[in-house]
Amino acid sequence: RDDIVQKDLSSYRGIWVFAEQRYGKLKTVSLELLGKARDLSKNLDVPVTAVLIGNNIKNLAQELCAYGADEVLVMEAEWLDDFNDHVYGEMMIQLIQEYKPEIVLIGATSNGRSLAPHISSTLRTGLTADCTVLEADKEERLLLQTRPAFGGNLMATIVCPNNRPQMATVRPKVFKPLLPDYTKTGKITILPVPSPIESFVKKIRNIDNEEGANLSDADIIVSVGRGIGSAKNIQLAQELADALGGALGSSRPVVDQGWMPYSQQVGQTGKTVAPKVYIACGISGAIQHLAGLADIETIVAINIDPDAPIFKVANYCIVGDVREILPLLIKEIKEAKK
Amino acid sequence: MNILVCIKQVPETNKVEVDPVTGVLKRNGVDSKMNPYDLYAIETALRVREKTGGTITVITMGPPQAAGVIREAFAMGADEGVLISDRKFGGADVLATSYTLAQGIKKTGDFELILCGKQTTDGDTAQVGPEVSEWLNIPSVSNVCKIIDIEENSISVEMDMTDDIEIAKVEYPCLLAVDKDIFMPRLPSYTRKINTKDKQITVMSLDDMEDKDEKHYGLNGSPTQVQRIFPPSVNAHREMWAGSNSELTTQLLNKLKEMKFA
Ligand SMILES: Cc1cc2nc3c(=O)[nH]c(=O)nc-3n(C[C@H](O)[C@H](O)[C@H](O)COP(=O)(O)OP(=O)(O)OC[C@H]3O[C@@H](n4cnc5c(N)ncnc54)[C@H](O)[C@@H]3O)c2cc1C
Ligand SMILES: Cc1cc2nc3c(=O)[nH]c(=O)nc-3n(C[C@H](O)[C@H](O)[C@H](O)COP(=O)(O)OP(=O)(O)OC[C@H]3O[C@@H](n4cnc5c(N)ncnc54)[C@H](O)[C@@H]3O)c2cc1C
Repeated sequence: RDDIVQKDLSSYRGIWVFAEQRYGKLKTVSLELLGKARDLSKNLDVPVTAVLIGNNIKNLAQELCAYGADEVLVMEAEWLDDFNDHVYGEMMIQLIQEYKPEIVLIGATSNGRSLAPHISSTLRTGLTADCTVLEADKEERLLLQTRPAFGGNLMATIVCPNNRPQMATVRPKVFKPLLPDYTKTGKITILPVPSPIESFVKKIRNIDNEEGANLSDADIIVSVGRGIGSAKNIQLAQELADALGGALGSSRPVVDQGWMPYSQQVGQTGKTVAPKVYIACGISGAIQHLAGLADIETIVAINIDPDAPIFKVANYCIVGDVREILPLLIKEIKEAKK
Repeated sequence: MNILVCIKQVPETNKVEVDPVTGVLKRNGVDSKMNPYDLYAIETALRVREKTGGTITVITMGPPQAAGVIREAFAMGADEGVLISDRKFGGADVLATSYTLAQGIKKTGDFELILCGKQTTDGDTAQVGPEVSEWLNIPSVSNVCKIIDIEENSISVEMDMTDDIEIAKVEYPCLLAVDKDIFMPRLPSYTRKINTKDKQITVMSLDDMEDKDEKHYGLNGSPTQVQRIFPPSVNAHREMWAGSNSELTTQLLNKLKEMKFA
């Protein structure tokens, strides 16, 4: 079990970002991580490297440089076309052992969350999940990784002092990407194509799940609770979400009533969302619902009950009748647009 | 089919408090329960057993009182229970936890199917499942939201990958981390609870493991260290708005404009 553990920590240098892409398009979380890596690199005085794995993806390297990578390692092969945590993990492990980065950052997407632990356990190193703050301690060359636990009721700062690389996952939208600078060039290295490895997990088919993506990517979410009163009023909330360019979410009772599909449920047994703004309409704010709200800049709550628990976490607490306010608001937005 | 389910005991509430002086979690006096996500894993095991026959073993690592979640699993229908418990296992991070579980699993038997919950409500990392599979050198599939087909040598599942649903087929032995709502968990049966109240639980300590090197377990075997625990910064900015519906609407519209959404 100890065979892999590297004792000479000082031979590990540099910050890596796993550049996740899908159908030849980079995930925004990878760009957000490059921005954070730039920030950390100033303190640690090391380059930022993006690792790009897939098929026909070379052309994305320039974009990664524009968003902050000094170097891009590109591994391209036809058999790497589809993301597979085992296969991609194996490639990452080989590269990490060869290049020895001190920090590896991975987006906490569904893919990233299953990829990262495969890598860290094989390399016998630590992995901190869903970090919301990353800082560098230059003296000790430590990554200070702060993350919420206990459904957001507690924060913990975690370090990995004696093993390398220091690995962390970060959810989408936690960090901001840099403004891209397309004049910036970086060192792009096309790696030799490795011999194919097989996965024991055979992908048979993909079904697009746009609805779900919609909720997790949205910058603003209008979310409805039992206080919305009727299925008809949900139409109003959808109109508002559309007018604001956002997505529609809901609490569990609304889904249980059959007013909304399960894919739109927010909470402990639904989706975890991280928009900039969350507008809770007629939602009481039960702990199981709040468990689905990650690092939201602004929470607006509309509730008729001034003592509703949602007001304890909201920034703007609107004590009023959501069934009256929604139609008025939509009308005003429409008028303002004219 | 021999099925194993990994279950964890977690605090009843996640409204935990930190001692402001020592910065240590106040766990005393907080009741415990089964990690809610593990109920889905147990239910999945029960459904698979209905089809294939065989036995369901549940395994948990934790202090002696974690036996409580094994009893609960018995009342739901599990056949055997294993408690991995030793002071030397305390303070384990994901790497050490998954290693200890893998050691315990190897000693417990050969399993075609290992099931885990998606994540826990305390540590909340969702990493233990994939890491256990790595130690056992078997394939794993996360985000499993549906079982499509159970065959002689393999299982086909749907994975919720947010952007899309993927369908995959994997041969046994394998590990699946199941998403919530894969099946609605049944309630524990009272009769079964009574009938299994004296049922033997296998307890394992470091001495029972193949690898007895203390350095690989607990705090010693954990690459990550918690440097500091603190409550999240409380919502700093809070405004209460009251007024007529049209006043409130205008105020909200102005705020949305200010934030550049309207
Ligand atoms: C294991 C478990 C898991 C769960 N998982 C989830 C989950 O994932 N997501 C989730 O949401 N819940 C979940 N729940 C349920 C959760 O405990 C709450 O019951 C649920 O969130 C309440 O939904 P609500 O706020 O829409 O309804 P209610 O609690 O009924 O609240 C309705 C609110 O609307 C207000 N209201 C009424 N009329 C009006 C009006 N005209 N205008 C404005 N306000 C009005 C009321 O004052 C009230 O605050 C879970 C529960 C358990 C036990
Ligand atoms: C505030 C806080 C933050 C933490 N952050 C990290 C971190 O970032 N990185 C890290 O490595 N460790 C971390 N830990 C330690 C981590 O919580 C423990 O190692 C824990 O034993 C396992 O992780 P989990 O609770 O996240 O399980 P998860 O990975 O979320 O659990 C997934 C599934 O694995 C199974 N499982 C998990 N634990 C057990 C068990 N003890 N027995 C049987 N089955 C089990 C269950 O099926 C469960 O549904 C943290 C602990 C605390 C208190």
